[in-house]
Formats: sequence, C-alpha cells, structure tokens
Amino acid sequence: MAHKLRPMVSGNDHIQGLAGAPLELVEYGDYQCPHCGRAYPIIKRIQEEMGKDLKFVFRNFPLSEAHPQAFPAAVAAEAAARQGAFWAMHDIIFENQELLESEEMPFVEFAQKLGLDIQKFEQDLEDPKLAEKVDDDFTSGVRSGVNGTPGFFINGNRYDGSWEENVLLAQLKAVLAKG
Amino acid sequence: MLQKGDAAPDFTLYTTPDQTIRLNELAGKKVILAFYPADWSPVCGDQMALYNEMLKYFQKYNAQILGISVDSKWCHMAFSEARKLHFPLLADFEPKGAVARSYGVYDAKEGECQRALFVMDEHHIIQWSYLSPVGINPGADGILDALEEMANSPVS
Repeated sequence: MAHKLRPMVSGNDHIQGLAGAPLELVEYGDYQCPHCGRAYPIIKRIQEEMGKDLKFVFRNFPLSEAHPQAFPAAVAAEAAARQGAFWAMHDIIFENQELLESEEMPFVEFAQKLGLDIQKFEQDLEDPKLAEKVDDDFTSGVRSGVNGTPGFFINGNRYDGSWEENVLLAQLKAVLAKG
Repeated sequence: MLQKGDAAPDFTLYTTPDQTIRLNELAGKKVILAFYPADWSPVCGDQMALYNEMLKYFQKYNAQILGISVDSKWCHMAFSEARKLHFPLLADFEPKGAVARSYGVYDAKEGECQRALFVMDEHHIIQWSYLSPVGINPGADGILDALEEMANSPVS
C-alpha cells in the first residue's frame, strides 16, 4: 500500500518556508501528544539546517479520545491563524505543552501573551468553521495513511522511518540529492 | 490468508468477562476485523487508538469494527478502560488463536495474531484484506478505501 499525501499541500495549509522549496515536509500532529512535543524542537533545528531548501507544513491530527485538549488546542491555533499568528500559537502551545495536562485551557492566556485581539480570538474559538477545518485535516490524514502522531510526509510520500534529528535530516538530504 | 470473495468464518468470542460477540449476529452490517499482535503497545496513537478516533467514519458506512488478539478478556477490559476504547476487542484466547488460524493470520512462532485487516460486506463476504508488515501500523486509509468502494458498487 503506497501512502500518498492527499490532498496535496495548498493555500489552505499553514506553510513555513518558500513555496518553491524542493523539499516539502508535512507533519500531522497532535498538540497534546508527547511525541509531537519532542519532535517540535527537532523540526525547528532541521528547518534551520535545511534553510531555503525546506518548506514545512503542519496539519492537525488530534487524537481526542487519548488527549482531551488536543482538539481545542488545534482550534486555538486555527483561531490565531485568523490574526496571522498560527505559527506563534503553534510554537507557544508546544513550548508549554505540560500546561495542557491541567483542567484549565491555557489558550486565551497564550493569545494574550501573543498580543492577539482577545475578543476576536474568543469569538473565533466558537466558530464551527474552525472545528470543521480541524476535522478536515484529520480526515485528510486518515486518507493519507497517517497511523499515529507525529505522522510525516516527505514530498508527498509517507515517511515511516525514525524522526530522530540525524535520521530525518539524512533522509531529507538524500531526497534532495536525488532531485 | 483469506482473500476477497471468501466467506468470513463465523466465530463467537469473549469481549468482556461476561459478554460474547458472534460474527453472524452482526448480519446486515459491514464488519471490519482488525487482528493485532497484543494489547499495550507502547506508542500513543497506536492502531486501536486510531480506530477509536474513527468510529464515526465507520458508522457512516454501516460498518462495525472489531479488534482481535490473543489477549484474555480481562486484559482487553483493562486495556479498553485505560485507552477509553469505544469498540469491542475480542479475545482469541481459548483455543488460542483459533479464529486467527481460520482467517490464515496466526503467527505460530510468536504465538500472536499477525497485523491483518479484513473488511467484509453485509453478507460477511470478505471484500478487502491486508496483511501489514510486522511492526507497521497499517493506518485506516485502506479500510476507508474499501468501505467507499463498496458504497459505490452496491451488492447485487
């Protein structure tokens, strides 16, 4: 079974890096998944190392039964995106992932720290369109063959190898060299 | 391993300490049978956790998912509770692996079920089957593709 990213990356996605970059790394992630939390700084370092050659895309894959705050966190990042702060929210959530283990949701506090318009942010959190966007991401992940989090795709193909920094970096460089 | 077009062998297995499930009692429903090696795999978002998130997708296709391993009913109960699973896990426990053998997916060396998926129609004729490489969670895209294909080509 070949596992291909579907749909392909488009303007609906959250993308870091140049549109024309030869390498495209897509992560299906869950904000409350400890493995995704561990992958977060690894991806940052890999982005730094690969520079202009790499574009990075994050899609939501909240495992809501296992992680009750994963879905609300995904919606919070989408709400922040409406104020141009998707990546800022994405980063602050992963950098404070332990706060998701408490009963209280920390997202409004994060939004305040990021200087977002809180009234708008809170309104957007309630917008069913954002929950739909997160659901659509999840569905696309399932259709693409995501089998756990974090789930990675390199240039549209599911990557089943280790995402330890040196291994993932070597893989990206190998794909780049192949052209 | 049973293939497309084969009739799915009937079975009755424990799902909780005082409850059994018989395949034939699910007549009129599509059934997804997911054989897996063991409860308590150490990763989050493992195979059963993934299916647990997908129950509404399966329902849409009138499909019931059943997990099946050689773990005992007590083990399944603890695992289900710990992972908050909302679908049955079946204990292919006594005689050990008998159902897995009847589907051709028993690993006698390890004494466990292989990681194998079967999707059957409402008449319990197998429409899709897949054996996953050891250690690789097959995900759910193959299951959804099979359900979708069945929905697009109704049984005559």
